[in-house]
Parts: sequence; C-alpha cells; structure tokens
Amino acid sequence: MINSDVDKSRRRFLTAAATVVGGAGTVAGAVPFIATMTPSAKAKAIGAPIEVDISKLQPGEFVIEKWQGKPIWILRRTQEMLDDITAQADIVSDPVSDASAQPEYAKNEYRARENEFLVVIGLCTHLGCSPKFIEKGLDGSLSAEKGGFFCPCHGSRFDFAGRVFKDVPAPTNLVVPPYQFLSPSRLLIGDDSEVV
Amino acid sequence: MKGFYKNNKIVFILLMMISAGASAAGGAKLMHMEVDLSDQASLQRGAKTFVNYCLSCHSAAYMRYNRMGEDLGISDDVLKANFMFGTDKVGDTMEIAMSPEDADSFFGVTPPDLSVIARSRGADWLYSYFKTFYVDESRPFGVNNLTFKDVGMPHVLWQLQGMQRLTKREHHDGAHHAPGYEDLESISYGSQNEDEYDRTVRDLVNFMVYLGEPIKLKRVSIGIWVMLYLFVLTIVTYLLKKEYWRDVH
Amino acid sequence: MADIEKQVINGLTGLRDWVDARFPLVKSWNEHLAKYYAPKNFNFWYFFGSLALLVLVIQILTGIWLTMNYNPSAEGAFASVEFIMRDVPGGWFIRYMHSTGASAFFVVIFLHMFRTLLYGSYKKPRELLWLSGMAIYLVIMGEAFFGYLLPWGQMSYWGAQVIISLFGAIPFIGPDLAEWIRGDFVVSGVTLNRFFSLHVIAFPLLLLGLIAVHILALHEVGSNNPDGIEIKKNKGADGIPLDGIPFHPYYTVKDIFGVAVFFIFFFAVVFFAPEMGGYFLEHANFNPADPFKTPEHIAPVWYFTPYYAILRAIPSIAGSAFPGVVAMGLAVNIFLLLPWLDRSPVKSIRYRGSYYKIALTAFVISFIALGWLGMQGVTPLYTWLARFFSVVYFAFFLLMPFYTAMDNDKAVPDRVTD
Repeated sequence: MINSDVDKSRRRFLTAAATVVGGAGTVAGAVPFIATMTPSAKAKAIGAPIEVDISKLQPGEFVIEKWQGKPIWILRRTQEMLDDITAQADIVSDPVSDASAQPEYAKNEYRARENEFLVVIGLCTHLGCSPKFIEKGLDGSLSAEKGGFFCPCHGSRFDFAGRVFKDVPAPTNLVVPPYQFLSPSRLLIGDDSEVV
Repeated sequence: MKGFYKNNKIVFILLMMISAGASAAGGAKLMHMEVDLSDQASLQRGAKTFVNYCLSCHSAAYMRYNRMGEDLGISDDVLKANFMFGTDKVGDTMEIAMSPEDADSFFGVTPPDLSVIARSRGADWLYSYFKTFYVDESRPFGVNNLTFKDVGMPHVLWQLQGMQRLTKREHHDGAHHAPGYEDLESISYGSQNEDEYDRTVRDLVNFMVYLGEPIKLKRVSIGIWVMLYLFVLTIVTYLLKKEYWRDVH
Repeated sequence: MADIEKQVINGLTGLRDWVDARFPLVKSWNEHLAKYYAPKNFNFWYFFGSLALLVLVIQILTGIWLTMNYNPSAEGAFASVEFIMRDVPGGWFIRYMHSTGASAFFVVIFLHMFRTLLYGSYKKPRELLWLSGMAIYLVIMGEAFFGYLLPWGQMSYWGAQVIISLFGAIPFIGPDLAEWIRGDFVVSGVTLNRFFSLHVIAFPLLLLGLIAVHILALHEVGSNNPDGIEIKKNKGADGIPLDGIPFHPYYTVKDIFGVAVFFIFFFAVVFFAPEMGGYFLEHANFNPADPFKTPEHIAPVWYFTPYYAILRAIPSIAGSAFPGVVAMGLAVNIFLLLPWLDRSPVKSIRYRGSYYKIALTAFVISFIALGWLGMQGVTPLYTWLARFFSVVYFAFFLLMPFYTAMDNDKAVPDRVTD
C-alpha cells in the first residue's frame, strides 16, 4: 500500500519550502513576545529626562536624584576637591577616562561639563551596587583627610570625579549620564540634545 | 437551614435581576455614524473638543499624551500648548485634577473614566447621546437625555449646539408612546449651526473610538500581511501534504 | 565535502545512541509517531484533536507573557489589562491571542466532541479515552471561568457572582461553600487572587496531566475512524494494520496543513474582530467591576450559554433554585455516561439506523438553540422554548438505551472505505 515510486526531489523541496516558510512565521511570531519584555510606555514615561534645581546646592553638598530608577549623584565640588582630583591622577586607574563610559563633553579630568558640578550614575561599575559618599577619610586616598565614594559590596573606591582607584574590583570609572545645563541653576538629566 | 433559604433567595433575586434588566435593555434605536480612524484631521479636531470639554471632569487615565501625539501627528510642542492643561510631561496619562470625592459631591456620581467608554457604549450610542440632550427642569442640571435617561451630566456642549426641548406631539391613535429623536426641537442657537455641530460630534466620537483602542488602525494593517503570509503557508503545506499522501492508496 | 557530511551524520547518530541507552528516545518516537498506525481514512473531523493541542500551547505561551504584566488585585487588575493593551509593546497582540484562544478552545473542543458522537468513538474499548476527554472538558470550563474574572470588568465580576451563588443553592452546605469559594462575603480582591492562582497554576497543571493521560489512552487502544472499524482486526503478515498508515509523516503533514487553515480563521479574529461582535470580549466588560451596580443585561460568554439556558429554564421548586443548578450540572456531566447509554452494535453514524441520526440532529439543534437562548433576555416564550429544548437535550441521553437498541443498523464492512 505504500507506493515505492516516489519523487524524492520534489518531496525534499516541498519539505524545505514548508520549513523555511513555517520557520519565518515562527520567528515573526516570536517578535511580539520578545517586544513585550522591553520597557513599556509607562516605564519610558517614568524614565523621561528630569529637571533638577541646583540653585540651593552649597559647595561640598551632595544630593541624590532619581532618573530611570537609577540614583543620580550631584556633587557641587569645592576648590579643594578639584585640587585633590588633579593630585590623585597617579593613584586612579583610568585618569583620563579612556576606558570609561561618559558623553564626549565629560571625558576630561573632572569628568564634567562645568568643573564645579559632578553628575554621575551612582552605581558601581563592578556589579551594580550603589557606593556611599564619604566626605572625609576614604581609606586608600591621598590621606585620611580626603574623601570619595566607597562601595560596601566589594570595597571599590572612587574619587570625587567618579574615577576608580587602582587595585579595587571595579574596572572603570562611574558612568556619566547625558545631561545639560538649562540655565546656570537648572540641570536636565537624561537628555543632552540641546533642547534650549 | 436558615442560611440555606436565605442564600436561595439571593440566587433567585440575582436571576430575576438578570431577566428584568434584560427586558429593560434595548430601548430607542440609535442614530448611526461611520467611524473613520484614518481621518487624522477629524481625530485632531475630536481630540481638541475632548480635552476642552470632557477632560475637565472625566479622566482618560490609560491614555498617554505622547501616544496620542504620535498617532495623530501632533508634535510635543503643540501638545503642550494646545492639548495639555494639567501637566507638562508629555509621557503623562490624561488624568484630571478633580478628586473622586469632589466629583461625587458635585455630580452625585464619580464621572467615569473615558479611556474605553467607546468600547463599552459603541460609537452610535455616543453619537446619539451627544445629540439628544433636552431641557428638563426637573433634573439637577436642567437637562435630560433621550439616549441616557436621567443622566447625571450637564449638556457641556450646549454653547455649541444650543438647547433643544421635547415637544409633546399629539398622536391620533392617542396611545402612550415613548419620545423619539424626531420629537426634539431646537429652542436656542449655539455658536455652531446644525451641520457644524454634527461634524463636531462626529469628530469627537471618532476620537473616542480611537481612544478606546489606539492600536486599532495598525492592528488591521498588520493583519492583512499576516493573512497574506498564512495563504502562502496554507498552499505550501497543502502541496507537502498532497505529495506525501500520494503514497496512500 | 562528503566526508564532513558523513562525520556530522556519524556524530548525530552517536549522540542519538548515547541518549537512547539512557532514555527511550527512539522508542517513544516510534510508539507515538513513526510507528503509531492510524486509520488511513481520517476526514475533516479528525483535525480538531491536534488543533486543541495547538490552542493549548497558544494559551500557555500567551498566558505566561500576560502574567508578566498583569496585576491580580481588585485595585490594579482592570488598569493592568489596559496597560497591557496600550503601554506594553505588542501587549495587545498577546492579549487578543489569549482572549480569542479561549473561545477557539471551545470551538475546537465542541467539534472534537461532536466527532465522537458522529463516529461512536466513546464506545468500547475507548471508554477511558472518553472519560479522560470529559475530564479535560470540565477542567477547561473551570479554567475559562477563573480566567474570565481576571480582567475585573463588570461582566467578570457579576458573572462570577452569579455562578458562585449557584453553589449557594446547594442544600445545607451551600451558603458556607459559596463563602468558602469567594473567601469573602461577596466577590472581592480575595476571590480574584485565588482565581488567578487557580487559573495560572493549578488548572493548567491538571490540564497537562489529563492530556497526557488522554493521549496515552488513545495510543493504547488506537484511533477510531469514520467507519468505526477496528483496524487492528485486519493485520498484514508484518503485524501492521492493513488500513493503518504511520502517523508520521502522513498525519503530521496533514495536521500541519490543518494548523495553517485554522490560523487563517484564528488570526482573522485576532486582527480584524477581536471582540467578535461582543461574543468573545463582551462590551460591558470594558467597564471596571462595580460591586454596587449590576449591568443591565448579563449573560455568560457564549460557550456557557447552553447550560445557562437550562439553568434558567428550570423553575424554582419550593423556593429553591437548586433544581436548576442540578439540571445544569447534569447537562454538563451526563456526557460521562454515553459509553454505557449507547446500546448500538455499530459505532459510526454511517452504519447506524435513522433513529440515531434523528436523535443526534435534534440534539445538535437543541444545543445551538439553548446557546442562543442563553444569550437572550427572559421572555415567557423564550422560557418555554428553553424548556422544550432542555427536554430534547436530556431525552437524547436518557432515551438512548432504547432508540439505539431498536435502531435498524446496517452491516459494517470489514475494511475501511475511502
């Protein structure tokens, strides 16, 4: 009852055609399933750029803002802090941020648009813990009088430019988000496309 | 035992409610309008009417301004200037400032969210509703509605439409008859004439249908491609089946 | 080139042998596909088993993805469904597949069951196959009922309220039972949470287990066919049924073609008419649940309406709605008795006498009529019609031992016909 005279090549061709057409459909069908797992319109709306008023920020004062759910550090640096950053060039592992992530305008010694203001994402580049702000007495910095950021998870340390010290687990400097000054006293974080 | 009878009564009442409600449903035949979601100009005009007249008391809490802007071809700047009053973030949803408690004390009910109202009421109902307000001094807001009897909402579009009243027409058979749309007659003019008001309402309902399901237009256009693909798949798999089944006698 | 090909084939064969020494891979493949011999005369009605499996896969996949964004709470459920429809990229597609899939499941299952009635597939030796199938049907009804509460719209809420109240009509334990099911004095967020748990975990697990039993039972006794002839009675010298063909590749390619055709209908609904005129997604369910306001007209989703019509058709006796509840329960469960009610010596309708043909036609008409009546409001005429069709519905089963025994059945051939 099973016919032996079979056109093998036609059969093979049709099997291949069905596999290709069916496979293409399966891939296309998988697209919406994958797409649903990307951030929703709600997450995007919440993660929209934020405006921060920095007019009341005193020299040496440190604040944490939230953008895309991430802690954004804003530090108004004193002249002493800026001097220390220059002096620490030898003990940080990436002093000019060659290997680190930041917008082009923050790829400098102070890692900032305006030297006075440090704006970085407060998540350790090692495994994503949030380091602590140590105003004075950061172990391993120039002296016990100096400060920086210390990550409690695995002991990584960063200076006041968010640069990582040598011989700690974190590989690169803290990430600088896109930002711009809307006015000398207003920051826009999350958007550097010159909206004004 | 006591509980047993009590609960039976509940079932009975529920069943009665269903049947009573069912026979009360139906009512007047609705006026019909064609919805055209591809008419962006109409949707934009409708959106304008919506944010100006509806959005002060009703929210559309599942709709984001920027989604509307994207779908209707309205830029963020125009959105902020002409469509957004309570917020300046284009990613926000169409919320209202009025709290449900305030609304409750003002209207006696909380005005429902309108995000999906077109999906529960239907376009024809909304179209008829906006056109059949009439003066009725016995109601709290001085108006009643032929489509939605004893509605707890004022006629917010009266400045556009003007006011109507229900004429008490004599019927030669003398039989009691429910008032129909033909019994409405204009008693004052609004800023729009009849045709203009009709267009305003069509645009508004058009927009509300869009609001109920923003993906609708895209859904249909994707569907056409899916159908074309499936016809190809059907042909290929049919040929494959036929080829294998040549074995079977 | 040929060398590499040979090496690849050798490598794959080696891997297969390695697995085979530790797991019955080839054996299972042969038992259930390549050497499972199915009758060669399957017709249109035999597509729906594999399609039911397909719909199950669709429901499980889309269900998993919906659960990623759904919020099972009275405060957040309705909003999270609209969130899926608008804010989640592609969420509308997943949701419409799931809502259309629910109705498609019943379409396919009803046709699958009707096939069984046509060709007597529940008869000896397939009683357990039939019972496991019925168990699947009952679980799917439960699954659909639980799932329908989750969007937390007006129909979800009041539908659940009415159905749970039915349990309250059971004498003595009813009120406590209804309260226990709800976990509250009325349907509330507590009810929603437990229905969610049952819908996404308990019942799907149950369903998968029962389907495994169903397929194992099928492959033990072998498939019936439109002639109702046992193909195992006519085996060739090689022990293979003369009227059998290997399931793979013949029925796999045929079923794949069936899937393509099914998808045309399925996706036409998903993309062009997901509400299906209010039958698949009811209009009133676009209003959030309001425990103080019953919608003007409530009706269950279409696949429950035949039973709902029977429920309403039975008058309450001595102030108790219990008889209606019992009738509804019986209407669902009486199918279980079919293998023992049917006294005919033949299986297929092709060789049955006119009594069965008339009875089956009357049954199908009543089932559809009851389904339609269940969606309508109650009027005296409709109530009497529902009573009439309920009587026909039950008569099909209760009179079956008589009319099937008396029927003038025809002679059944030895071999299947084409």
